[in-house]
Amino acid sequence: MTAVDDTALLLARIQFAFTVSFHFIFPSFSIGLASYLAVLEGLWLKTGQDKYLNLFRYWLKIFAIAFAMGVVSGIVMSYQFGTNWSVFSDKAGPVIGPLMAYEVLTAFFLEAGFLGVMLFGMSRVGKGLHFTATLMVALGTFISAFWILSVNSWMQTPVGWAMNDAGQFVPAAGWWDIVFNPSFPYRLVHTVIAAYLTTALVVGGVGAWHLLKGRKTDETKTMFSMAMWMAALVAPAQILVGDLHGLNTLEHQPAKVMAMEGHFQSHPDGAPLILFGLPDDEAETVHAAVEIPKLSSLILKHDPDAPLAGLDTVAKADRPPVEIVFWSFRIMVGLGFLMLALGLLSLVARAAKKLHDWRLLHRFALLMGPSGFIAVIAGWVTTEVGRQPWVIYNLLRTKDAVAPIDAPAVATSLAAFVIVYFVVFGIGTLYILKLMGHAPHPGESAPAAAPIRSAGITPSPAMGRGGADPRPDTSEEAE
Amino acid sequence: MMDLTVIWAFVIAAAVAMYVLMDGFDLGIGILFPGFTVGKERDQAMNAIAPVWDGNETWLVLGGGGLLAAFPLAYAIVLPALYAPLIAMLLGLIFRGVAFEFRWRDPVHRRWWDAAFCLGSLVATFAQGITLGALLQGITVEGRAYAGGWWEWLSGFSLLTGAALVAGYALLGATWLIWKTEGQLQADARRYARIAFPALLIAFGAVSLATPFLEGKYYERWFDVPGLFVTVPMPILVLIAAYCGWRSLSGERDHLPFLWTLALFLLAMVGLGISIWPDVIPGRVSIWDAAAPEKSQLFMLVGAAILIPIILIYTAWSYWVFRGKVGEEGYH
Ligand code: HDD
Ligand code: HEM
Ligand code: HEM
Repeated sequence: MTAVDDTALLLARIQFAFTVSFHFIFPSFSIGLASYLAVLEGLWLKTGQDKYLNLFRYWLKIFAIAFAMGVVSGIVMSYQFGTNWSVFSDKAGPVIGPLMAYEVLTAFFLEAGFLGVMLFGMSRVGKGLHFTATLMVALGTFISAFWILSVNSWMQTPVGWAMNDAGQFVPAAGWWDIVFNPSFPYRLVHTVIAAYLTTALVVGGVGAWHLLKGRKTDETKTMFSMAMWMAALVAPAQILVGDLHGLNTLEHQPAKVMAMEGHFQSHPDGAPLILFGLPDDEAETVHAAVEIPKLSSLILKHDPDAPLAGLDTVAKADRPPVEIVFWSFRIMVGLGFLMLALGLLSLVARAAKKLHDWRLLHRFALLMGPSGFIAVIAGWVTTEVGRQPWVIYNLLRTKDAVAPIDAPAVATSLAAFVIVYFVVFGIGTLYILKLMGHAPHPGESAPAAAPIRSAGITPSPAMGRGGADPRPDTSEEAE
Repeated sequence: MMDLTVIWAFVIAAAVAMYVLMDGFDLGIGILFPGFTVGKERDQAMNAIAPVWDGNETWLVLGGGGLLAAFPLAYAIVLPALYAPLIAMLLGLIFRGVAFEFRWRDPVHRRWWDAAFCLGSLVATFAQGITLGALLQGITVEGRAYAGGWWEWLSGFSLLTGAALVAGYALLGATWLIWKTEGQLQADARRYARIAFPALLIAFGAVSLATPFLEGKYYERWFDVPGLFVTVPMPILVLIAAYCGWRSLSGERDHLPFLWTLALFLLAMVGLGISIWPDVIPGRVSIWDAAAPEKSQLFMLVGAAILIPIILIYTAWSYWVFRGKVGEEGYH
């Protein structure tokens, strides 16, 4: 095998981090949005109120764009394991490969198979079947999260494996143990809640924008209110789950928690909680630290005087980069508490009956609109960088997992991904913002009004909408 | 000899075949896209695949994911060996995939997205063809890793297979449109099919003639018993399919050209199978060398045996929902 130089390794890592971070932006929105759409359609079927159908159609168009971007960026991920991390694929394939195969079989086909009907099938299948299609897509996004997070969690907390003669990890215990490895339940719950929260904040932000613009319709009020309920209920749950997740991590990946906390030194009698400061990997200290004595021990060990080991107990070669993990963790947690504040504020506003009139709340909600994405990426950076220098924790180093590809080849592909992603996904995001810029309105059109439509001819029984709109070529811009 | 590894080899071959046939017509329509007049005609061509392309593309994910799971060593050698064409394919698929949505959101730049749709499809197809050619001509393996340079895939042969696949997908796309549309678009599709058809035959013929001589083993497999039993009837079957397919282009029954094209593709795949079997990396690594442990293969097989039939059922259902001609009254 050709030796892989450090530049090639670094480039491969940057490429993976870049493409997976971009990819995850879309699932964190489409997982939540698929469920939201199912709720909207369900409410419409139950109450027959037009506002729900209008909201469904409105968010469906946005969903279609986000989903398409999720699909194309996801395919890149599944091939990148082989192109750039071939040694990892060879070694870990027998364990994680089957889990990913199950993801394709149970989730991706389900999503893709019913997506066409969900997007274009309103007028060709009954309401019940269409609703089923929406539910299947939502279910598919969840099942997809289930499997891929099981894979990722196994890499964080590997169990149930043995090593064969060829140096491959092979399944030794039952598959149940592998799938439900120790960090998986926490990661699954935390990530799925994160997706719901992210979506709620986007929906709330869009609702707030239209309320601020004075477009106080049934639709905008309803979506703002729904989103604020979600934020109020789910933000505290997320903080709770995050805390449990952290305790689990302390048990299985203590070095990661030391990095998150900025604990370079061990504290034999109660460790302080460092709120802010400037961690310095070289000097092995946190400069200008603002800290609360003993609080870290209280949080992590439920005892202010409990001893906590620091990174000085970990060999230098096995330490994660504290500077990144320390900050990404604080960004996530900080945003989590701001989300909680938004949720609580909305409850106050609701109690005072001014949910739809309090401009300060609307401004806050608008500002928080994109915060879920930032928190989610910060969370993943904490998780993944905090695991370094390992790909499979304590068993396989990242540097030993990389493919024998020359640095110029990786540099070229990385440059191509950066350019294409920023251009294509940047433009896609602009289209989504453009759709969000219009308020949902009565008689909202179906996505891509032209597809599957007989041009100029009234299509089959249009459901619930005021007749069909035979605008073939000009779907949205007419608004 | 029907062990798990053999079963998995067939499952993955079937997944790749499904991908080639189903995404083949999507990509083919992309390749032909600039040939359709702007406006209604392009919209209809797009409509003919918009509800199904995502499902079609998922077979590619199953092919790749299945390879990782059932033959991790093959996955780990092939993907780095084909680095450049695979990255090109992925980038092409990005443009192709987003164009379905983006073109409706931005009428001012629709022409750009149409061009992206075509170029993305073309690049992805060509790269897939190159991948096939590079695999057939052989890749350098040392120990458990790819050991060639990053241009090894490039050769006259791999460019030929690339071109052959472009012609093949274009024909699949054109004949799909003959089936699914009518009027001007259908007439145009017929016209393109008449060009793609001979192009495909010539290209497939050239690839078939070159393959047995790439590598000693291929020659033996084709010209020794039992391969000979296939070698002899193969050209006859191809000629029959070609004759019937060509005739059907002028016929009344709109679905026949597509079905005959499928037949040609299936024959080509059988031929490929004869050349390659029982290797997963031709001439280098056999399916048994690369196989994952039985425990992994068995775990997946349980799922695959239950889930693939279900997938086929709901996929068929979604095709059925969108059956009939696009953009015609009575399409419901
Ligand atoms: C927690 C959820 C989650 C995470 C961590 C990932 N994904 Fe993802 N992925 C999804 C959730 C998801 C999804 C919700 O199922 C998507 C997003 C949009 C979509 O269309 O499906 C998807 C799409 C998607 C697709 C396209 C599926 C199709 O053709 O329909 C592939 C191949 C992958 N992903 C592969 C990956 C890989 C290899 C990942 C790890 C590096 C990864 N995903 C991380
Ligand atoms: C979608 C959510 C994910 C995000 C945002 C994410 C983020 C990252 C980041 C930022 C790195 C770079 C760390 C570094 O180099 O210091 C990384 C590395 C890595 N991740 Fe993840 N990850 C995600 C999911 C996954 C999953 C699900 C898997 C496995 C199936 C995975 C496998 C890897 C591998 C193999 C590396 C090694 C490359 C490296 O260390 O640079 N990741 N990830
Ligand atoms: C405010 C309290 C929060 C706490 C205490 C917390 C805690 C944690 C911890 C300890 C991890 C790393 C676990 C590991 O790597 O082993 C993590 C990861 C993560 N966090 Fe949070 N979190 C909080 C809020 C949030 C919020 C608000 C979001 C997004 C909306 C979020 C999204 C994520 C994601 C996507 C990951 C990576 C996946 C995972 O490992 O679960 N977190 N969080």
